[in-house]
Order: sequence, then C-alpha cells, then structure tokens
Amino acid sequence: MSDQQQADLRKDEVEAGTTTGLASPSVDPASDRQNSLWSDAWKQLRRNVLFWIGAVLGLLFLLMALFPGVFSRGVDPRDCSLSRSGQAPSSEHWFGFDQQGCDYLANVVHGARNSLIIGLLAVVVILLMGVVVGALSGFFGGWIDSLLSRVADIFYALPLILGALVVLRSGFLGRGVVAVAIALAAFGWMTAMRLVRSQVIAVKSSDYVAAARAMGASNGRILVRHILPNAVAPVLVYATITIGVLIAAEATLTFLGVGLQRPAISWGLQIDAGQRLLRIAPHLVLFPSLILTMTVMAFVMMGDALRDALDPRQRS
Amino acid sequence: MSTASMSVPSGSARGASAPVLEVQDLRVQFRTGSGLVNAVNGVSYTVSEGETVAILGESGSGKSVSAQAIMGILDMPPAEITSGRIMFEGRDLLTASAEEQRKVRGPGISMIFQDALSSLNPVYSVGFQIGEMFRAHRGTSRKDAKKLAIELMDRVRIPAAAQRVDDYPHQFSGGMRQRVMIAMAIALDPRILIADEPTTALDVTVQAQVMDLLKDLQRDTGMGLVLITHDLGVVNEVADNVAVMYAGRIVERGTVDDVFGNPAHPYTEGLMASIPMLEAKGGRLQPIGGQPPNLSSIPSGCPFHPRCPKRRLGADAPPGRHCAEDVPPLRLVVPGREAACHYSEEVLGV
Amino acid sequence: MSDITDAAAAPRPAAAPGEVLLDVKDLKKHFPLTQGIVFKRTVGHVRAVDGVNLTLRRGETLGLVGESGCGKSTVSKLLVALEKPTSGQILYKGDDVAKMGGRALKQYRREVQIIFQDPYASLNPRMTVGDIVAEGWSVHADIAPRKGRLQRTQELMERVGLNPDFVNRYPHQFSGGQRQRIGIARALALQPEIIVCDEPVSALDVSVQAQVVNLLEDLQDDFGLSYLFIAHDLSVVRHISDRVAVMYLGSVVEEGTDAQVYTAASHPYTQALLSSVPVHEPHLRGLKERILLEGDVPSPANPPSGCRFRTRCWKAQDICATEAPALVDRGQGHPSACHFAEARTVVPTEA
Repeated sequence: MSDQQQADLRKDEVEAGTTTGLASPSVDPASDRQNSLWSDAWKQLRRNVLFWIGAVLGLLFLLMALFPGVFSRGVDPRDCSLSRSGQAPSSEHWFGFDQQGCDYLANVVHGARNSLIIGLLAVVVILLMGVVVGALSGFFGGWIDSLLSRVADIFYALPLILGALVVLRSGFLGRGVVAVAIALAAFGWMTAMRLVRSQVIAVKSSDYVAAARAMGASNGRILVRHILPNAVAPVLVYATITIGVLIAAEATLTFLGVGLQRPAISWGLQIDAGQRLLRIAPHLVLFPSLILTMTVMAFVMMGDALRDALDPRQRS
Repeated sequence: MSTASMSVPSGSARGASAPVLEVQDLRVQFRTGSGLVNAVNGVSYTVSEGETVAILGESGSGKSVSAQAIMGILDMPPAEITSGRIMFEGRDLLTASAEEQRKVRGPGISMIFQDALSSLNPVYSVGFQIGEMFRAHRGTSRKDAKKLAIELMDRVRIPAAAQRVDDYPHQFSGGMRQRVMIAMAIALDPRILIADEPTTALDVTVQAQVMDLLKDLQRDTGMGLVLITHDLGVVNEVADNVAVMYAGRIVERGTVDDVFGNPAHPYTEGLMASIPMLEAKGGRLQPIGGQPPNLSSIPSGCPFHPRCPKRRLGADAPPGRHCAEDVPPLRLVVPGREAACHYSEEVLGV
Repeated sequence: MSDITDAAAAPRPAAAPGEVLLDVKDLKKHFPLTQGIVFKRTVGHVRAVDGVNLTLRRGETLGLVGESGCGKSTVSKLLVALEKPTSGQILYKGDDVAKMGGRALKQYRREVQIIFQDPYASLNPRMTVGDIVAEGWSVHADIAPRKGRLQRTQELMERVGLNPDFVNRYPHQFSGGQRQRIGIARALALQPEIIVCDEPVSALDVSVQAQVVNLLEDLQDDFGLSYLFIAHDLSVVRHISDRVAVMYLGSVVEEGTDAQVYTAASHPYTQALLSSVPVHEPHLRGLKERILLEGDVPSPANPPSGCRFRTRCWKAQDICATEAPALVDRGQGHPSACHFAEARTVVPTEA
C-alpha cells in the first residue's frame, strides 16, 4: 500500500464513527466544552413534547398551589351561601357551587396546595429513604443488606393505603398535611429502595466500575460518578410517577375518612363529599377528579420523558 | 447481485450430485425504530449431498440471518423476506404451506446453534428432549424414544449415555451440551444440517472434538453441512467450499483451497493478511482499515470500497467500474471462481 | 497507521531484558463455596488460582494462555488489586502489593492499568468519551492540570485512532473496535508502567482485531509499556508476546519464549492445545499432528491429586497421581510442569 492509501484508510477509520449512523444530533462535536450526562439530558428533554405538556401542567398546578387567589378569580372558597347549594356550572361560576353553596372553582383551586404538598413531601421522603437505604444495602451487601431487606419486607406486608390508614387512625401523628405525607412515605419507600438496590448490585459488578476501582478511585467517587447515575435514573422516573400515585392516595385516605379533615380543603375531601350527590350534582365529583387526573398525568408524562432523557442509548 | 449465475461452480471434492438445498437471491430486511436494516441483500448458494459449505463472515455480515430464513425461525415482523427462493428437494420452502414446512424442518433440514445452554430447556432432561424429536415427528412411544435417545447420545460420543440420559442440561459441560444439540439435530437423519457458529463458545480443545464429530457424522450419513462461522481456521480445516459474506452479500465464492490460497476479493485478501499465524511470529499485521459497515446505511457502490486498498475512484476508474458508484456483481472471474469486485483479475494476478 | 514504515514491518527485535517490574510468587486465590442464604456455611473452595509464578520485565509482553476456567482472568483481577490473594505474593518493584495501603496502593493502581475484554460492558454508558478518558486525572490530579485536560484528552484520542471531535459522544455511538480504543485511552491516561490486557481483542471482529493488536504494539514502543497479555487465541498471543505462559486449572504448566513454547512444546497439555488450533492456510492443512483430548476439564473445586492434567493425559503414570510436578527445566530448554516433559514439534513450521 502506498502512503497515500494508508493515509486514506486512516482517515476512513477516524471518520467511521459518522458512518455508523448513530450520530446524536444533541451532541455538537465542535463545542469546546465537555458535555455531561445532565446537560445532555436537559437538551434531550427540551425537545420532548410530552415533557413540555407535563411541565406546563405541573407548573400550572404549582402556581395554583402558591397563588390560589389568582386562579379562583378572587373568590373566597369559604364565602358560602346555602341558597346556591349544588348549582350547576355557569358562565359566572365555571365549576358551579357545592352543597354548602361555596364557589366550587375556588375550592378546587385551593385544594391544589394540600394535595401537592402531600405528594411532593411524601415523594422526597421516599426518594431519600429509597436511595440511602437501597445504596447502602446494594453497595455493602452482607449482613447490612440482609437486615435492610428484611425490614423492607416487613413494610411490604402492609399495603400502602392500609398501612397509612392504620397509622393515621392511631392518631399519634395527628391528621395534618405533614402527618398524611409521612404516613404515605412510611409505607411507600420499599419499591424505591428495591429499585436502587438491584440497580446498585448490577452496576457494582460491571467492568467500568472495576476499571474505576483499578485506577484507584475511592468508594465515594465510584458511588457518585458510576453507580448512582446508573442506578438513580430509574428511581427518579419511579418518583415522578409516584407523585401522582401519592396525590391519588391522599384523596383515597381522605375519602376513607382518615386523611385531612374539614375545614381543610383538598381534592380528596371534595370527591368524598361529592360522591354522595353524584346523581343530583355530578359536577362536584367531575371537577376535582378531572384536576386530580391531570395532575397525576402531568407527573407521569414528565417521568416518562425523564427516563428517556437520562439514558443516552434511548436518544435517537 | 445476479440471480441467474448461482449454480456455477460447485467444484467440490465430492459434490457432483444435484444440490439438495438451493438458496436463490435471498433478501431479508428488518424494520426497526431507527429505519430499515438490510441484513441479507441477494444471497445465493447451493449445498449438495455430503458437501460442506462454509458461510464466512464477521458480525453483521448477514450470515446467520440467511440461515434463520432457511429454517423459518426469523421473527417476522420485524424481519421480512423481500425476495428469493429457498429450494429444498425441488420445492420452494418460502411458498410452501406451514404444514409442508414443518415436515421439512427437522427431518429434512435441521440446525444447531452457538449457545447450546439457551437452546436447551432447563426443566426437561436431555434424554426427554432428544426423544421429543421422535415423539413429535414419528409418534414414537415414550419408552422407545428414550431408547433411541440413548443410542443417539452414544453416537455423538457422550460417555455413559445410559446413565446420563436422565440428567438435566446444567449438569453437562459446554462441549457435552453442544453434543446433545447435535444429537437432537441429527435425530431424524436430516439431509442438510446448518451449524451456526457451533464451536464459537467452546474452548479450542473441545472445538476440535466437536468438529471431528461433525465430520464423522457427515461421512456416515452423507448429509450436507452448512457451516456458518467467522473463524477462518475452522473453515480451512472442515469445509469444501466457502462463501465469504460482507454487508449482506456474498463477495467471493469457490473452493477453500482457491479462496484462501489465492483470494479474488480484496476483503478476503485483507482477512487473510490480518490474522496472525500460529506457525511463526510473523511481521506486523496488515489490518483492514475502518469499521465493519452499518447495515442501515450500507455504503454506495461496492459496500467494501471505504475500507478497500484497491478501490478506484474518480478519474482513475474506467466507466462502469467506479467503486463508489457501481455495485460489482458476483461474477465468474476464472473457472470455478466467483467474486464481486470490479478488479478481481488484478487481485488474483491473472 | 501513518507510522508503518519499512522498519516497523520487519519482525521486532527481542527486547533486551529490563528490570523485573512484577514478580508473582506462588499466588493463590480460593473462592469459598457456600450453601444457605441466611445461615451461610462454607462447603468447599474453588481453587481458581492455585500456585502461579510469573515475572514481567520492563518493556516486555508476557502472554498468558489457557482455556476458560483456567484462572487466567482471576490472575488479572489479582494483579490490578481488584481481588485479594488467598496466599502468595505479588511484588511490584520489590514491594508486596498486599501490604500496600493508602498512597502506595493508589500509586500502584496508577502504574498498573487494565483493559477489559468486553468493550460494551467496560465503559460507563452515561459518561461521555471525554469524561471516561479523563476520569483518571480526577483521581490522580497530579498527572494533568485541570486547565489543559480537554486538550490532552483529545490528544490521547487521536493517539489511539479516534476522532478527537467525538469527545462529547457516548460509548454506544461507537463500534466495538472503537470502544476498545476508548478503553485503551483510559488506561493510557494514567501513564502506566504495566497494562494488563484481559482478552482485549477476543470480542472484536477479525478485521478489527489486527488494528487493535497493532495499536497495542505501537503504544508499547512509544511509551515503553509492559504488557501482561491474557487470551485464549494462541495465534494472537504468539504474535504479540515475547514470553508465553500456559495455564491449566489454576497453575502454569509451561513457560518460555514464544519460539520455545510453540515449536518445542514439552507439556502434553500445551501440545494438545497447539494441535487443536485450526490453521487458516490451505497448504498447512493436515500437516499438523492431531491430539484429541478425552473428556472435560475437571472442576477447580475438586481438582485431581498430583498433576492436574493427569486425568486427560496419555502419558500419565502412577507418580502423576501422587506427586505434583514442579515447573522446572527437565532438559527440554524451558520450564515445564510435567514429570515426563519432552520437547515435541506439534505445529508445522512455516517453510
């Protein structure tokens, strides 16, 4: 072979990366800084329509929780008049009135705060417990793993709703927003823990962790740089979806009469009150259920998009 | 690639009889999320009684997919056979009814795979699984099937067959499991045995045992053997004829002595030069540059041209033989030799 | 590839023996076999590595061949301190690795790097190529100052034959051969003395294997590296190695220069191994003596007494069952662990 041909072949070899057809449009080869998993994931998220729908809805409900007055068109949810009891929606009062004759739009809007606080608070607790307990269990193994796994099994024996129901009925946490969140988290962390644990175990034995260890990386570095990014992504996705489930669980608990109590305002309370009047005033169940479903959907959509974005192999 | 010229060489040592299996212009596509993958692009070959045909290729050359198409075990979709005929004893298997196909696959053509462990069901004893072939195809009784299974295990040289017939797959070593697979494949005296990388997962000493066994069985039964492999050494020691595949096409075909002794395609030549020798230390290896092609974007013209040291592009190329534009057909270069290269005569030095 | 000149095409001269970098003495690694989940009890040991002696000198390549389950991969894990030996010593420049702690161990890990077999599993799928190659510099910050790291990463990528513009791509966007180059760049970044290559080309396509082998040879010449090259492909091992050690069931059965082991094999196992390798040149077909071994490799949890190979050996006598043969020269010119060692030409020599 001539020198020129050698040079050509070498060039082909270098360029072969482009002919494998897997070039990711989200990666700009000319950029002068190095990308990280998170910046690339964000670039990917930005281009996902489902994520934006979820994010806009989520933001909407968040604003609703923070500034309910803006969304309720200035109406006080406790400004009631029995004369308007159960009136159907009108152009003046979009969601109609409830049994007490309070403006239902204002009530549904004010319900967002409690529902979101419970959902987010519970999920943060679940995430913390799941990642910490799961990572300890998976990374160190041995008796630590045996002990923590058995503890998780014990909690698994009680279903989420039943467990929370028992704790709230016992009354030692009280019946406030924080109490409901903690009761839900206490019986909801095990799946997150198992997810993290199994991921950590799988990643721990991979060759790239061995390579990092062989170059002298510390346990902390291996956990933070290699194991957690590969183990936490599925849990983050699980967490986003769980927010929705937890909000629904709060509504269920309230509906069962052990969650929040009047005069607190929440979607669960509204659905509970409304179901007794389902035939006369179906809008009393319809509107809070609709908003609840949309909230759950928003978080599920964001979770789905996040899963795809955090896996470079999913990017097309 | 032309469909008409498929029956040309067959200059095998013993393959004088009419071909048992004829694959004609087979094309297979996969529809995936990221586009169309052209796995097999017009492959033709024949296998006669007692003949060993090697299909040599690297990963992604389409060598296994073409075999799966013959056996009817392609997942369709995503796979799709877009053209071609698979003639077995004069009948086209692709247009035959499901019942007819079932009758051929097993007694007519059978197959062994690379991974014997995952090809065997872990919850049944090996004797039961071998006997299943007789029960399913011939309605043999349970008792007789077990007796036949022991005979077969003897034939594939599994020691103490009568004692091991009730053992489960995990109790066998890799080499012994591959023997069990072979026993199942030859149970119904097939006329064609397709072996897809039969020894790739095995150690070299065990590989020698298994290849030895396959050759002996072939001598006894006169079956045709299609050996799919990436290992040039195995091809050289076992096969009569070889078809070299690249990017879903056959790029060169002929007897092993001809093809390996004096390659007519730059790819075969490159492969031979890139392998270190056992017999001597040798000088620096001469690798083929670049990477194997991606089947969803096969290069235009000759699929090998981006890696080819002999390519002619631009003004260097005579009309109709531009390596990046004109697809070279698989053509007869000298008697008994076929190659898909515009410049095979130069490669051969004739 | 630009450096393929006439000089490089000629056979490389045998490297002058340098100082001993790595001295492995009677290395053993036994894994306990346990039963039960809650109450674990040890019911035996898998003797994965059972008395291995090796030396590796500066600038040379030691090939380690053997079939699956012979313990060669465990040796590689022991050498890069991913596993702790059950007994025996690994002396690096005279210091026992097992006794190293803290800074000394960190320095050892910098100087002894590893390349893995599976280019798909050995790269973190969620890190960019740049991050993977540069990771060692975060651990050993003294090698490369933070400021010039990107540039040095790109230089390294170029050196191993990758397009430096692809620094922000992810491993899955590369082919198998290119990924193996990434793994080589990662090892190279730490400026090691020794690279343990654990089956570095066996997962690659034939046409790509030679590229990686040539790259490893070039890097050795440029950086004065020493390799421990572990593989089951005897041809590749002969090509790249200065000396070769053959392993069977946890111990080395024969050792010598590539010419000694391949043309004058004296252990029956080495002879059987060499005779089983299919040759790819038509004119050499059938010239080789065929030694077909009976049976399978015994379980390392319950190895035969005396000589490990005696259960499959055609030369075995009573002494083989009672006395384990030492790895010594019995007059055949190089060490061999067989009571009846006798040089024999199995592989036809190229005319």
